[in-house]
Amino acid sequence: MAFWRSKKDDAASTSSSEGSTTEGEQTGVLGRFRQGLKKTRQVLGTDIRDLFKDEGRLVDEQFLKDLFARLVRTDMGAGPAAKIRDDIGKRFRARRVEFDEILDAIRQQIREMLQQERADLKWAESGPTVIMVVGVNGSGKTTSIGKLANFLHKEGHKVVLGAGDTFRAAAVEQLTVWAGRIGCEIVTGKPQADPASVAFQTVEKAVESGADVAIIDTAGRLQTQTHLMSQLEKIRRVAGKRCEGAPHETLLVLDATAGQNAISQARGFSEAAECTGIVLAKLDGSAKGGVVIPILEQFSLPVKFVGLGEGIDDLARFDTDAFTDALFTE
Amino acid sequence: MFDSLSEGLQSAFKSLRGKGKLTESNMREGLQTVEQALLEADVSYPVVEQFMQHVTERALGKRVLLSLRPHEELVRIVYEELVEILGPVDASLHLKKTGCTVLMLCGLQGSGKTTTCGKLSQLLLEQKIKPTLVAADLQRPAAIEQLHVIGRQLDVPVYSDPGEKDPVKVCQAGVKQAEANGSRVVILDTAGRLAIDQELMAELSRIDKKVSPDQVYLVVDGMTGQDAVNSAGAFNAELELDGVVMTKLDGDARGGALLSVKSVTGVPIKFIGTGEHLDALEPFRPEGMASRILQMGDMVAAAREAHRIVDEEEREKLEEKMASGEMTLDDFKQLMEKIAKPGLMGKMMSLIPGMGQMKEMLDNEDVTGGVAQTIGLINSMTKAERRDPKIIDAPRRARIAAGAGVQAPLVNQVVKQFEQMKPLMKMMAGGSAADRMQMMRQMQSGGMAGNPMMNMKVKQNTGKRLSSAEKAKQRKQREKQLRRARRGKK
Repeated sequence: MAFWRSKKDDAASTSSSEGSTTEGEQTGVLGRFRQGLKKTRQVLGTDIRDLFKDEGRLVDEQFLKDLFARLVRTDMGAGPAAKIRDDIGKRFRARRVEFDEILDAIRQQIREMLQQERADLKWAESGPTVIMVVGVNGSGKTTSIGKLANFLHKEGHKVVLGAGDTFRAAAVEQLTVWAGRIGCEIVTGKPQADPASVAFQTVEKAVESGADVAIIDTAGRLQTQTHLMSQLEKIRRVAGKRCEGAPHETLLVLDATAGQNAISQARGFSEAAECTGIVLAKLDGSAKGGVVIPILEQFSLPVKFVGLGEGIDDLARFDTDAFTDALFTE
Repeated sequence: MFDSLSEGLQSAFKSLRGKGKLTESNMREGLQTVEQALLEADVSYPVVEQFMQHVTERALGKRVLLSLRPHEELVRIVYEELVEILGPVDASLHLKKTGCTVLMLCGLQGSGKTTTCGKLSQLLLEQKIKPTLVAADLQRPAAIEQLHVIGRQLDVPVYSDPGEKDPVKVCQAGVKQAEANGSRVVILDTAGRLAIDQELMAELSRIDKKVSPDQVYLVVDGMTGQDAVNSAGAFNAELELDGVVMTKLDGDARGGALLSVKSVTGVPIKFIGTGEHLDALEPFRPEGMASRILQMGDMVAAAREAHRIVDEEEREKLEEKMASGEMTLDDFKQLMEKIAKPGLMGKMMSLIPGMGQMKEMLDNEDVTGGVAQTIGLINSMTKAERRDPKIIDAPRRARIAAGAGVQAPLVNQVVKQFEQMKPLMKMMAGGSAADRMQMMRQMQSGGMAGNPMMNMKVKQNTGKRLSSAEKAKQRKQREKQLRRARRGKK
């Protein structure tokens, strides 16, 4: 985890003179992360503390069964939940354990599962960094783009948005509203226009206007719709024509309320669009988003950002520790 | 839709099948596999526990253990329990005989409320009722515009008031206007909200009190995970739901959340959304759904879907032509165009018993691409050629191929395919519904699962160009003969 921390500090120090304010923001962002997740516990009572009485608890069949139920409720899936349960069973069976002991052991395990290499955005060596955003219908792509654009805009980057969702009614208008709020440029095509051409124009605009970042929206699609998935390949190809190496990042937006189907989404979109990271949206609800654990294990797709609400500032960098803690406790 | 769950259950029962005699201990093993499958299908844990309790009680009874075919008995129990949880059915919108019926849609962000609004309107339009839509989603940017676009597509009035900040007032004014215009149905499209957002949930219940909608439906994303119990429970507590619509079931989501929502709210599941287009809304049928879970197929839905693809008048005309054998390449093209609609063919195929595998094949890009190619090819023919493909000679063939951007032999192939389909279609159109059903069954039992396309051909293909499937078959035969020859030598 030290690696991950130092990475962040790097980012903070490189973002020029505002070192101190960035530091302040950091705790603010982390605080917001925790705040967003706190609501969950109040409603759900998923706090595994409930499993314990004051004098600790005996690790027996019943305890392991209860623990499994709590783990499954985070959407991590029966497989990983069984793995953690069995490990706890092996190490603590027939012992009377304290809450902290068990929690530490679980935390340790999940942290290992969530070990991820790069949580920061991958920047282009020269020219604009092109970010393409993909996901299933209603996962929160457009809202996430609005928040991400604002996030980068506030860091001092010049952002251009590309309204590549030419399919859904009023998706272009929705992104245009976001662009207006942030005060950044937006490239739009006609309704039903070829999204690849919008992507091309967006990259072109970014290159010409010397922008740092171009974020391209795409229409929602299910990973089983092969014809739409191959359209993503085309968008990538066309974006790459105007700018070497584009798109540099392809972010998959996952809905935190999604269950095990998210694994299939990660597989399908990774294959078609070579995703480089995940934005976990709607984490401010009662859903835990535990499904990123098996996704990270199987596809090593790192979670880069989390969405914590509909407000323009409700986006935070992913924080493994905060996320792990929030899975079970406040 | 429930494929993955079916697969899980099937493998569970397969392991039972292999064991021969059923004992209490290996039955428990089988039940554990069922439980695992349900969890992987996103059925919420408490619901799984409850479900398994019922199933276990019945499965460990004497009747199952002593029965000759215990796995069938177990499948039956699981099926019955599923139907029991998912039912009873009630796809009616309960429209009032006189006056204006108000429907309200609510749900989490991105669950598909606005799209469902459009789909419900389409459904009402099919019944010759023109609803009024009310844009009460004042949260998400451009949500109002989205509803207006859908309204324009369907030619349905949409009420919105961009200046108003209070959704309660928008709803009240919308209903008032609809009543004044004599609309029989009003659909309120509310903003997506989190079940734990007390402020917004209170707002929803204010709308409920002030406007008192006749029906309140919860729209649930088919991909929802364990959270389904919490959110559905919260919405039900706040609003007393009258029904549930589950969306996005055209993908590979296992849709286990449907079980969770049903068991926690107890309200009927009204419709399921099975595609992005506005006509992709189906009335929910628990038997069909349970059958699909157990991979028994769903004939009723297949028949209904077939009716939707071709509208009634067109269908009659087409059937007449098919029955008389007068079908031209133009009609063939029309049919292909209908089939080529994204996902539609695959959707239909998956509904027909035993054709689950064929769906996969048709989802394949090559096949849908092939349909588009065929349409393009027919488009490059002249009217005379379409009426009577026999006149197509070498120069004509070359011209058509150049026009469609394909190789010349493909022209022959398409024409041949059409000629071969004609008698088959005649048969299908000529017979009664029962005959057709019979034929479908025959088609399936006749090794349809292996390579369905090959059975479509009535005559033996005599052309030189073989499809890859045929080549593969020939190769297999050759290898078989070779093996035999080798064995003979030994």
